[in-house]
Amino acid sequence: MRYVDEYRDAVGVAALAREIDRAATRPWTVMEVCGGQTHAIVRFGLDELLPARVTLVHGPGCPVCVTPVELIDRAVALAATPGVTLCSFGDMLRVPGTRGNLLAVRAAGGDVRVVYSPLDAVRLAERHPDRQVAFFAVGFETTAPTTAAAVVQARRRGLGNFALLVAHVLVPPAIEAVLAAPANRVQGFLAAGHVCAVTGYEEYEPLAARHGVPVVVTGFEPVDIRRGMLACVRQLEAGRAAVENEYARVVARTGNPHARAVVGEVFRVVDRRWRGIGTIPRSGLALADGYAAFDAERRFPLATVTADEPAECIAGLVLQGSRKPTECPAFGTRCTPEHPLGAPMVSSEGACAAYHRYRRPQPAGVS
Amino acid sequence: MCLAVPGKVLSCAGADVLDRTARVNFGGVVREVSLAFVPEAAVGDYVVVHAGFALTRLDEAEAAKVLAELAALGEPAAPEGGADEVR
Ligand code: SF4
Repeated sequence: MRYVDEYRDAVGVAALAREIDRAATRPWTVMEVCGGQTHAIVRFGLDELLPARVTLVHGPGCPVCVTPVELIDRAVALAATPGVTLCSFGDMLRVPGTRGNLLAVRAAGGDVRVVYSPLDAVRLAERHPDRQVAFFAVGFETTAPTTAAAVVQARRRGLGNFALLVAHVLVPPAIEAVLAAPANRVQGFLAAGHVCAVTGYEEYEPLAARHGVPVVVTGFEPVDIRRGMLACVRQLEAGRAAVENEYARVVARTGNPHARAVVGEVFRVVDRRWRGIGTIPRSGLALADGYAAFDAERRFPLATVTADEPAECIAGLVLQGSRKPTECPAFGTRCTPEHPLGAPMVSSEGACAAYHRYRRPQPAGVS
Repeated sequence: MCLAVPGKVLSCAGADVLDRTARVNFGGVVREVSLAFVPEAAVGDYVVVHAGFALTRLDEAEAAKVLAELAALGEPAAPEGGADEVR
C-alpha cells in the first residue's frame, strides 16, 4: 500500500539501526508513548536490533488499558439497561470490569454493538428513535475530535436519544506522570504521531524544556520508528532537549485547527483516574456544560463503584515502562488473551497482548 | 486505537463543512470518510484516516524527502522482496 510499504523497507530499517549504533556512545533509555508503536516495535522486532546500550521501554499510550475499571463497570451497567444500545470500539468488549465485561452483557441478551466510527452510533440513533444509543468514547487526542464531531452532528439533527460515556484521556499529562515517578529512568520520548496530527506539538515544547528531555514526534511504520529513535539518541548524545518532528508527512506544528476547535467546543479538561496508575491531574476530557444533555452519566443512574484491580496484575508498572509484560508472573499462564486478568492483555495496543502475540516468554530483564 | 491509515481520495461530496465526505481507497478497500476536519482535501490527495474521519492531508513532498534520505544512507535500493520480509 502506498505510503505504508515504503516505510517497511527492511534494508532502510537495517541501515537506520546501524546509524543508531554509530550515534549511541552511552546507555540511553527511551520511551515510546503510544501503544500502536509498541505493537509495531514488538511485531517487527525493532527493539531487538538495537545496540544493548539503547533501551526502549513501553509507555501508557493504550487508552483501552488505562480506562478506569469503574468506567468499564458503568459501561456494563449501561449496556444491561433495558432500551439501551451501547456502541463501542471492538477492543473494549473483552476488558474485564469488576462484574464481567461487555461481551458477557451481549451474551446475556444486551444490545452491544461494535462500531468503526462514532458516526455509526449517531446513524444508529437516527434509525432507532425508540432506543437510547450510547457511545463508549474511549481514546486519546486522536479519537476525541471524532467523538466531538459525532455529538455536534447528533445535536444538529436533534437526536435526544444519543449519549456519550466519555473516557477520553490526554497524552502530555501522562508523560508528566511518567517523569514524576520516583523510579523513572526514561530520558527521552517518542511522541505519538497521530495524537500530534490533531494537537500539533507546541504543547510538548515547555515540557521538554522543563524536564530536559528530548521529545521526537514519530510515526508508526518501522522506518518511522527507527528515525524517531535515531533523532532522540542524537539529541541525548548532544545534550539537547528539543521537540523534533520526524513525522512531517502527517504532522504539522499546530496540528489540525478544525479538529482542535470542535474538541474545544464540546469538551472540558478534567482530572482523570488511569487504570493501574491513579489519578493524573487535568488528564481527561468530560463534556462541556453546553453538551451536558448528551452525558450518559447524567442521563442514566450509573452507580459509582470503586474497585480494586486483581492483585496479581502489574499493569500499572507495565504501563509506566518499569516492567516488561514478560516479567509479570501471570503472563501467558493465568493471564492470556482468552482469559485476561488485566486490560493490557486485551487491547490491540496493550503491551501484554503484543508480547503474547509476537514474542515467546523470555527470562526477566531481557529488553 | 490511535492508528490512522493513509488512503487516496477518489471523490468528494457535500457542500457544508461538517457534512463533507469522500470515498477513499485504502489499498483496494474503499470507504466513505468524513472530511469535516480536512475540508480542503481534493480528489487525488492522500488523507490519513482514523475512526471514519480524515485527520490530515498527507504531505507528499515530505514523504518523498524521507525516502530520499533513506536511499542516501549509502544503501543500494531495496532488493526485490526486501519489503515483503517484514509485512
Ligand atoms: S500479563 Fe496480564 S496480569 Fe500481567 S500485567 Fe499484563 S494484563 Fe496484568
